[in-house]
Amino acid sequence: MSDSPVTNIVFGGLGGQGVLKASDILADAAVRAGFDVKKSELHGMSQRGGSVSSDVRFGARVFSPMVPAGEADFLVILTPDQVEPNRHVLREGGGLILPDAVSADLLLNRKSLNVALLGVLSRQLPIAEEHWLAALRANLAEKLHDANVQAFNLGRASGKGVSSVAPTGMKIAQPFKAG
Amino acid sequence: MSQTERLLLSGDEAIALAARHAGIALGAGYPGTPSTEILEEFARLGGRAQWSPNEKVALEVAIGAAFAGARALATMKHVGLNVAADPLFTVAYTGVTGALVVVSADDPGLASSQNEQDNRRYAVAAGLPMIEPADSQQAYDFFLAAIELSERWHIPVLYRITTRVCHSKTIVVPRSPAVAAPAPHYERDVRSRVMIPAHARPAHRRLREKLVEIAAWNETSPLNQETPGNARLGLITSGIAFMHAREAAPDARVLQLGVTHPLPLAKIARFVASVERCVVLEEGDPYLADALRAVGLAVESKPEMFRFGELNVNRVRRILAGNTSPEPAPQPGKPPQLCEGCAHRAVFEILHQLDCIVSGDIGCYTLGVLPPFNAMDTCVCMGASIGVGLGLRHTLPPEQARRVVSVIGDSTFVHSGITGLVEMVYNPPSTGHVVIILDNSTTAMTGHQEHPGTGRSLEHKPTNKLVFEDLARALGIRRVHVVEPRPGSPELERLISECLASGELCLIIARRPCILIAKQLREYEKCATACEPVQA
Repeated sequence: MSDSPVTNIVFGGLGGQGVLKASDILADAAVRAGFDVKKSELHGMSQRGGSVSSDVRFGARVFSPMVPAGEADFLVILTPDQVEPNRHVLREGGGLILPDAVSADLLLNRKSLNVALLGVLSRQLPIAEEHWLAALRANLAEKLHDANVQAFNLGRASGKGVSSVAPTGMKIAQPFKAG
Repeated sequence: MSQTERLLLSGDEAIALAARHAGIALGAGYPGTPSTEILEEFARLGGRAQWSPNEKVALEVAIGAAFAGARALATMKHVGLNVAADPLFTVAYTGVTGALVVVSADDPGLASSQNEQDNRRYAVAAGLPMIEPADSQQAYDFFLAAIELSERWHIPVLYRITTRVCHSKTIVVPRSPAVAAPAPHYERDVRSRVMIPAHARPAHRRLREKLVEIAAWNETSPLNQETPGNARLGLITSGIAFMHAREAAPDARVLQLGVTHPLPLAKIARFVASVERCVVLEEGDPYLADALRAVGLAVESKPEMFRFGELNVNRVRRILAGNTSPEPAPQPGKPPQLCEGCAHRAVFEILHQLDCIVSGDIGCYTLGVLPPFNAMDTCVCMGASIGVGLGLRHTLPPEQARRVVSVIGDSTFVHSGITGLVEMVYNPPSTGHVVIILDNSTTAMTGHQEHPGTGRSLEHKPTNKLVFEDLARALGIRRVHVVEPRPGSPELERLISECLASGELCLIIARRPCILIAKQLREYEKCATACEPVQA
């Protein structure tokens, strides 16, 4: 195995849910934090409501832009029916972040769910808050800024956190370790 | 610009940035995933970018610019190079005065294409140097190198990239802008540029001489890099496979080839001799493996099952382990479908109800093949809908021939449907024919680009507009109808039925703008009157 640890995150959802935007923000924050970052995505069918997924990998040095199956540290899913098609990417003990990790009614703007889930994810990653906030500002429209910061903070403060899941889908009742 | 500036760019964006820094005077292309963003980004950065009706015209325009002494760029996806192949083969003979880079963005694994052809073969067939970057930093650096190579030998360069390099975002540290591009200026060179046999015969010999020189240069080119490692395992690789290889086998010695035609065979032979086991890792066709074996090098290559689809780290691990057990089937995600409220839906519902034999084409509307419409019988390549429909009409028994309809989008029609319409008029089937142009005022599937039928340029500025109904009438087609496809309205169904029953040559233009760009279209209309260009 490579001696330089890489953190692997996969985002999954349907077209229009902000999967690619979420992965852009994470990748931007990781660049600001000084990591080598690679992000891959398959787009083109996303506007026609098809499945969309995006990988973000960061560390001292990243080679392949795609997270190998079974090596994702985190899987962030924006709609429950997209869990099964993506589950195989998670490593044993990897963290699954589902839409119910935040209370969506508390969002100023429901479309910020993707950013709220980034907030949940942010608690687990070695990226300082300032980089996240700078990435939000750089990647989202000015007029949506306040709603998105609110969503991010909601997720970051969320107590529900991340489920630790084995590839078979059994929840493991143990505290999650980052990285 | 700071030397330590770190940008996170896709391969396409990196190429666009390099094109600006290299002083590319003109970029021409036709939209095609995964190449589309190159010209869009190039325009956004202030470069001169144009959509051509199709890739052949785009390459010809770029060739003209290169004959004028400028640095020129043509971009397309892999199947697009098929359309541009005619000028490609002969511009290898003519050479260029300035510089010409032809980007072929391939799609191994068919993320969004009708085949996964491996365009590295074109470099061999046409006799062109070929360069393959493995990430965005290389996409940037190697593009600058491609311009240098093109200018030094006055030869077009095939710049071959794949979906994962085009669309993955990786860090790029740009360089200071390169040497300023030469000013275009016409210098007559009839013997080089007019390819009558008397000129083409010596041109071919000159081409082969250039390739020999380039091969010699390539033996020491910095674009081919060796990563030190354990002599037990050596990997020879190019493109994105290099990245997967470095991760799958971090201790191996790796030779990454950046210039993959003509190959640096002496360098490769030394590498093979330096390791105990040598494996060639490449996506798609066994192009490298075959070339190395042809000169007697003892290299392993991937089992046949790995030529289908793209590679990734796990597949490379399998190749190295000789694991040919069945791979896990990919979990199907939710497939794309026509948007709710898409104008195409009404058309396909009617064609299905009327039990038509639908010869289809490439665009969003290809999704008419899927449930619930199940309204497409064939789709081969850009513009094929009309020719294939006519072939069916000419040969099927009349009661079946009368059910044949050709369906084509507006951008596809301009691309390669016009000649199909000419064919229809020139060789009319005895039962007539019905062609439906689905005109949604955009090139939709690739991200809503303009085309000659929209009346707006790549940058959405007003320009001359191709009016399909006028063109059709000029061809002598008597039944030309323009109709707005609205769900539940009986007008369209009546029209299609009448045309089918008429036994004549009919063109129906089903015109309604794509719902996804309704807002932008209103802005463009406002602009057209106010003369103030607006970026979408």
